[in-house]
Amino acid sequence: MAGLATSLGAGAATNSLAQMPDMDTLFLFGSNPTEAHPIVSIYLKKALSNGAKLVVGDPRKTWMARRSDVWLNLRPGSNIALLNGLIHVILKKGWENKEFIKSRTEGFEELKKKVREYDLKKTEKLTGVPEERIIEAARLYSNADKAMIVYGLGVTEHQTGTENAMAIANLALVCGHIGRPSTGIMALRGQNNVQGASDLGPLPATFPGYQSITNPEVREKFEKAWGVAMSPEIGLKSVEMLDKACEGKFKGIFILGEDPAQTDPNVHEVRRALSSLEFLVVQDIFHTETTKHAHVILPGASFAEKDGTFTNGERRVQRIRKAIEPMAGKAEWQVICEIAAKMGYPMSYNHPSEIMDEIAGLTPIYGGISYERLERESLQWPCPTKDHPGTTTLYTDLFSRPGGLAKFMALDHKGSGEVPDKKFPYVLITGRIREHYNNGSMTRRVKGIMELVPEELLEISHADAKKLRIKDGDMVKVSSRRGEIKVKVKVTDRSQPGNVFMTFHFPEALSNFLTSEHRDPIAGTPEYKSCAVRIEK
Amino acid sequence: MPEKKIKKVKIDGRKIACEREETILQAAKKAGIEIPTLCHDDRLEPYGGCRLCIVQVKGVVRPLPACTTPVTNNMEVCTENDIIRRIRQNIIALLLSNHPNDCMKCEKTGDCALQDLAYRYDVDSTRFEGEKWDLPIREDNPFISYEPNKCILCGRCTRICNEVVMAGTIDLVGRGFNSMPDTAFRRPRTIDNCEFCGQCVSTCPTGALTDKKGRGRGRSYEMKKVRTTCSYCGTGCNFDLNLKDGKVVKVTSAYDAPVNHGNLCIKGRYGYDFIHSADRIKTPLIRRGDSFHEATWDEAIDLIADRFSGLMKKYGNKTVGAFSSSRCTNEENFLIAKFARTVFKNNNVDNCARV
Ligand code: SF4
Ligand code: SF4
Ligand code: SF4
Ligand code: SF4
Ligand code: FES
Repeated sequence: MAGLATSLGAGAATNSLAQMPDMDTLFLFGSNPTEAHPIVSIYLKKALSNGAKLVVGDPRKTWMARRSDVWLNLRPGSNIALLNGLIHVILKKGWENKEFIKSRTEGFEELKKKVREYDLKKTEKLTGVPEERIIEAARLYSNADKAMIVYGLGVTEHQTGTENAMAIANLALVCGHIGRPSTGIMALRGQNNVQGASDLGPLPATFPGYQSITNPEVREKFEKAWGVAMSPEIGLKSVEMLDKACEGKFKGIFILGEDPAQTDPNVHEVRRALSSLEFLVVQDIFHTETTKHAHVILPGASFAEKDGTFTNGERRVQRIRKAIEPMAGKAEWQVICEIAAKMGYPMSYNHPSEIMDEIAGLTPIYGGISYERLERESLQWPCPTKDHPGTTTLYTDLFSRPGGLAKFMALDHKGSGEVPDKKFPYVLITGRIREHYNNGSMTRRVKGIMELVPEELLEISHADAKKLRIKDGDMVKVSSRRGEIKVKVKVTDRSQPGNVFMTFHFPEALSNFLTSEHRDPIAGTPEYKSCAVRIEK
Repeated sequence: MPEKKIKKVKIDGRKIACEREETILQAAKKAGIEIPTLCHDDRLEPYGGCRLCIVQVKGVVRPLPACTTPVTNNMEVCTENDIIRRIRQNIIALLLSNHPNDCMKCEKTGDCALQDLAYRYDVDSTRFEGEKWDLPIREDNPFISYEPNKCILCGRCTRICNEVVMAGTIDLVGRGFNSMPDTAFRRPRTIDNCEFCGQCVSTCPTGALTDKKGRGRGRSYEMKKVRTTCSYCGTGCNFDLNLKDGKVVKVTSAYDAPVNHGNLCIKGRYGYDFIHSADRIKTPLIRRGDSFHEATWDEAIDLIADRFSGLMKKYGNKTVGAFSSSRCTNEENFLIAKFARTVFKNNNVDNCARV
């Protein structure tokens, strides 16, 4: 979310989901909500049945793409070129919102200069999207009254992920489509509490609420509250910790509820890193690929076994409630406190509500949130004080950047880290399906779901299937520069020729053996959405 | 342009101000006046099929359905009188005339709109002699049981599937007496024709559609319901975990949930088996050589504290760190960050999957 944070101020969706049905134009970018976010898709479907126009930017012919007014079937990795091209058209035709650009943004001249390079010819060449579609999409979006851009991991899971999000912000800003109800940018993210996990500051450069660790005043506030000195030195990102572990320079990691040995791309390297550690603690509810490398495994408590909060993709802070006792006797928050105390730093809370009170005291955007309020009302941050009603629409007058202006970012097309070639001629896109979730550790334990979707499938276009002489149900070998797997084929027109698709929910045929090591250098997000593969019978 | 003016209406003598375009049903609900309904669900467009919600509007001879009639200024409504009551009794009696007398072992007992209405309006199934369906129960898929005999043809399931989910899985098929909600060609629901979101089950007012996994696991009124938030994707749907004897046996819709209004996807509604899965990690485990040995919490926590302290002493505090997870709660994420900064005394803490 660093992309939106740079352009607008906060790395979060600008509106609430409930505003979606009232929009008149939906620009869906790199997101397949009917599979990955089914309930968000219900809001979007409502907008469509209310007559909203639909533009879809996606290399796959998704449910939404099938029903779109314009389908921008871009090549994986060409998001920036496409967005620059759209802005090029808008400026050329005079469809931009001049008043908004003047009063609420900065950096427009640089952007203007940059997008001048992306005329229709060049954009078509880079993206593979026909000119007419680019013009029509630009017209629909820029002429809308209430337009929302909804984007997903197809935007962020690229090596240019952060820049892709900035390019999206550019488009919205050029048209002034932000800061009003049913008008803005909604980022749909993968895991349930990505928003909260970023908000609450387990990050190497920020304290909770995106407060910078390099800011001495902020550090002082935390030092006072926590009673120890805060290191001013930016910490290591998870990838960096793993890289250093491979070099033998990083020794111990505590992993709470994650499975990088399956869900990270290029899992070979991750597994090597984990096994180079002198001490690894993993807390999880199930054995995973990652727990295999641990020195100590701690049992986790499922969401039914503890109190707490999650923050959803529209900044809404919501309770989870303890329905049953933790199966192993303790919930994660208790375990962290006990380890801290043993290591000489006492932490003690009687209940997670007290942790939330501490969060509220230290984190301005969560300042007004308490369990007691959440019993009565539903709150979206920013909610700075106890009497603040929360915020449904961000940036109605000011952006949360210094000076209150949004910033245009002039961006270049860079493409994917790995492009198809003779040896590996297909682009593998990975993603989610509705029935399963992440490493599958939860959904693979649901009998009914396993009856419905028992195994990984490689989705391939009819044309490519014919070329390779494979048919539905055949087993094929898929290989990349990093590894190979065997998987069953599904021939479908969801895939365009040249692109194939797989999930990452099944350890038996794990696409992350194939996915590349390229990452977004800013956010560290792996390039799950594009790598080059070969397919053989 | 819809009228924006405030409309003043009187329902059962209570004055209610309506600002938006509202139906009589919505206005009454706002004032806490309950009007019985069968074919209505707030998630659906007004339909007006069952006529159970009819009310008397002053100046209008025939009773009007509350769920489809918009309020007008100075409207006066009476939600129940003798005539209305009799009409409602007739409607219920007709429904019961083609309904099995099965409440004793029906999955829906205690949570069934039809059963409640029969009780409230004092109607039994003997009023009208009718031809009855005698169709087998259908359990041809992992999640949804269908007992066509209990269907009252309210059309809620087919409408939610087409209007809200837009899956187009089910529709009214067949004609006349034999028409009923079903899939095309009455095929089983499969992954190719159904999303298994269970929205149809969540809206069915009777025992015609029920969650297969929860059948026989307990009556609605025996369950403890705990409102919580889904732990799968970032949409933040709420639902109720239904507990019996300390076990999660079912998930039911939270119709007043701010995000999802009772709608869920397959994972939220049916993906709870993992909670009581036999292969949960149940105790701390400590590695010895190539195998893991069960340990007590105290042993594990002592060892962890020892080893991390040792590494920090030997190699410096910058060689240790923590990964948190976007699956964990806000409070846990806050604590692990605090832990890294106060105990490891560095900023080596990261949200490992940034997706
Ligand atoms: S559906 Fe309702 S009325 Fe019919 S048998 Fe079941 S509980 Fe009784
Ligand atoms: S489960 Fe969902 S998709 Fe399937 S029939 Fe019911 S409402 Fe339709
Ligand atoms: S199955 Fe249930 S919801 Fe569907 S028409 Fe019959 S009674 Fe109504
Ligand atoms: S029910 Fe489905 S859409 Fe809703 S939060 Fe859970 S996984 Fe996401
Ligand atoms: S609820 Fe109004 S007609 Fe059925």
